[in-house]
Amino acid sequence: MKIHEYQAKAILAKFGVPVPRGEVVFKKDEARAVAQRLGTSVVVVKAQIHAGGRGKAGGVKLAKSADEAASLAEQILGMKLVTPQTGEEGRVVHRLLIEEGLDIKRELYISILVDRASGLPVFMASTAGGMEIEEVAKEHPEMILRETIHPVTGMQPYHARKLAFGLGLSAELANAAVPFFQSLYRAFIETDASLLEINPCVVTGDGRLVALDAKVNFDDNALYRHPEFKELRDLDEETPLEVEASKFKLNYIKLDGTIACMVNGAGLAMATMDIIKLSGGSPANFLDVGGGASEDQVKNAFRILLSDPNVRAVFVNIFGGILRCDVLASGVVNAAKELKFKVPVVVRMEGTNVKQGQEILRNSGLNFTVAAGMKDGAEKAVKLAGGAQ
Amino acid sequence: MSVLVDKNTRLIVQGLTGREGSFHAQQMIEYGTKVVAGVTPGKGGTEHLGVPIFNTVGEAVRKTRANASVIFVPPPFAADAILEAADAGLPLVICITEGIPTLDMVRVAAALKSNPSVRLIGPNCPGIISPGKCKIGIMPGSIHKEGHVGLVSRSGTLTYEAVHQLTQLGIGQSTCIGIGGDPIIGTSFLDAVKMFNEDRDTHAIVLIGEIGGNAEEVASEYIKKNVKKPVVGFIAGQTAPPGRRMGHAGAIISGGQGTAADKYKAMRAAGIHTVQSPAEIGHTLASVLGKSKSKAAPKKKAVPKKQAKKKKK
Repeated sequence: MKIHEYQAKAILAKFGVPVPRGEVVFKKDEARAVAQRLGTSVVVVKAQIHAGGRGKAGGVKLAKSADEAASLAEQILGMKLVTPQTGEEGRVVHRLLIEEGLDIKRELYISILVDRASGLPVFMASTAGGMEIEEVAKEHPEMILRETIHPVTGMQPYHARKLAFGLGLSAELANAAVPFFQSLYRAFIETDASLLEINPCVVTGDGRLVALDAKVNFDDNALYRHPEFKELRDLDEETPLEVEASKFKLNYIKLDGTIACMVNGAGLAMATMDIIKLSGGSPANFLDVGGGASEDQVKNAFRILLSDPNVRAVFVNIFGGILRCDVLASGVVNAAKELKFKVPVVVRMEGTNVKQGQEILRNSGLNFTVAAGMKDGAEKAVKLAGGAQ
Repeated sequence: MSVLVDKNTRLIVQGLTGREGSFHAQQMIEYGTKVVAGVTPGKGGTEHLGVPIFNTVGEAVRKTRANASVIFVPPPFAADAILEAADAGLPLVICITEGIPTLDMVRVAAALKSNPSVRLIGPNCPGIISPGKCKIGIMPGSIHKEGHVGLVSRSGTLTYEAVHQLTQLGIGQSTCIGIGGDPIIGTSFLDAVKMFNEDRDTHAIVLIGEIGGNAEEVASEYIKKNVKKPVVGFIAGQTAPPGRRMGHAGAIISGGQGTAADKYKAMRAAGIHTVQSPAEIGHTLASVLGKSKSKAAPKKKAVPKKQAKKKKK
C-alpha cells in the first residue's frame, strides 16, 4: 500500500524523525493560509501523488510569498503530472503539501527495505541524494553504503555511525544521525513498511539533518495489524476498476491491451498474459481469481473485466486444483446470462472435474469457444479479438 | 528415490481441523501420504478424519514419531506455527499459508538460520510431491506421474500446468517442489537444484521462475558450474508492467531489477534450455531428453534397460 508524502512525514514525525514544518491543503486559499502560518521567507508547494519524479514534471515549486504560494497552488491543483513513474496517462493532483523552505547544504539518500537474498532488513545510504537511486546503483554502486540489520539487535548506534562517517558527516552531525537513523528503522519495523525512502535527507545551513522528502510503502500482508492505516488510502490514486476488484478480493491489474484474461493463480495468470503476447495479441489485464473462487467471485470478475471498454475478447484459463472446473463453468454461464455480454469468450479448463465443466458450457446454449490448451486458447482469443496486432 | 519426501514420511498437519486443513488432509490421506497427527491447540485428545489431534507439535512428534509437518493455519498465526514445528525438531516444515507479513518471515528466517537441521518449504506455496509416494500440500495428485524429472517452481497452478504437460507426454516426475511466491522463503531455487542434482533418480530438471528478486539468476550461476543434467527453464511475467505486484508478494519488478529478460539471459548463459511459451515446457523437455540420452535417462524405466542391452551388443 502506498501513501502520500505528507502522510509518511506525519508518521515519521511520531517516531521522532525531524521533518520540515508543513501542512496538506486541498484548495488555493488554504495554501495561502498555511504559507502565512509558516512565516518563512520561502515556502515549497509540493504536489502529492503516489509517484516520484514530481519535481521535473513541474509539481514542486518555490514561493517567496503567501500570494505566490496561492497562485502556484491554483496552477498545480488539477494539473496532470506525467512522470516516469506514472506512465503516459499521468496523475491529476488533488492535494498539495505546503512546507517551510530550508537552507540546504547537502543532499543525502537514505532507504530501508528487506533484502530478499539475505532475508534481512538493509539500511542504505548514499551521498548521491536527490538523484534517481536506480541510476546511482547502476553507474556507481560504490556510492551506496549498506548495513544489514539483524532483527534481534535492531539498528545499533554503530550501524548508524558507520553510515554517518561513511557519508562524510562531521562528528557533530554523526551524533545527530544516530537517533535519526534509529528512529527511521523503528518506524520501518513498527509500521510493517516494505519500503522507507528519504530522498533527499538534507543537511541544513544551521547543521541539522532533516527528512526533506519521505516515501513509505506498507506491506499489504501486515495491514491487518494496522487498522489505523486504512484511512490513509487515497482512492484517487488507484485505477477505479482495481478498486472495484479489491472489494471482491480479486487480484486485478489493468493493462492496456484488448484481451481480458481470467486465471486462477498468479504464476499462471502471468504466463497467460505472456502467451497472449506471443500469439500476437495484447493482454487487457492481470486477473488472479485465487485458489478457491466462488461462483459469485467469477461473476464479479467478469463484470469488472467487461467494464474495460478496450476489451474485444475474454480468455478464461483455469487449471482446476482446489477450484473445480464445474464451479467455474457455472460461474461463467451465470455471468454470461446475467450480464448479457456480446464479447466472445474462450474457455480453457483443465484439472479437477474438467468433463463436468465442459458439459455445463456446452449445455448452456451460449456461444463459448472451448480451447484444447493454453496455446490454442490464446490463439483463438487473439483471432476473435480481431487478429494479431 | 526422491528428494525430501518418500514412503517413510510421517506427516503432522498443523491446522488439520480447519476448513482448508481438513479438505487437504483428506486429499493427502487418499493419495497415500501417512498423516499421523494433527495439531490444533485446545483440541488435543480428539480425533479428526481418523487422525489423532494434539495440542502442541512437540507432543505430536513424541507420540507419533512424525518427521514432517505441513501448515494450514491463517497468516497471523503462521510464523508461530513454523517456529513451533522447528522447535519440535522436525527436519521438514512445509508452509502453505499465503499472506504472512514479510517482517514475520524476516524473524522466522533469522531464527531458522541458527537451526540448520530444519528445512522450510514456502510459505505461500503448493507444497511438495513425490508422485506415487507422498503428497504434502494442495496440488491435485492425479495429474502427476512417477518418473525422473525434478520440477521446482515459485507458482502453484503454473506448476500444475507444467506437470500436466509432462505427464501427458508420458514423462514422469521424481519430485515437484513449489517453493512459494513470497519474497522470503525457506527453500530457494538454488537449494532445490542442488538436491535434484545430487538425487540419482532425478535425470532432468524443470525450473519455473517468475519476475522479482534474483533467485533464478543465482540458481543459473550454480547450474552453469555444477549441473550436468539437462535443465529446462521458463519465466512467467515477460509482459508484466514494472512496479506492480503481480499477485504474488514477490512478483514485482522494482528499480529495473528482477525482469524476465534478465532471468532468461542468466539461464541461457548457464546452458539452460529456455522456453518462451508456457505451453512448450513439456515438449521442450521431451526434445531435450530425446537429444541428450547419454546425460539423462529417458522417459520410462523400461527404456534404459533396452539401451543398456543395445550397448552390450
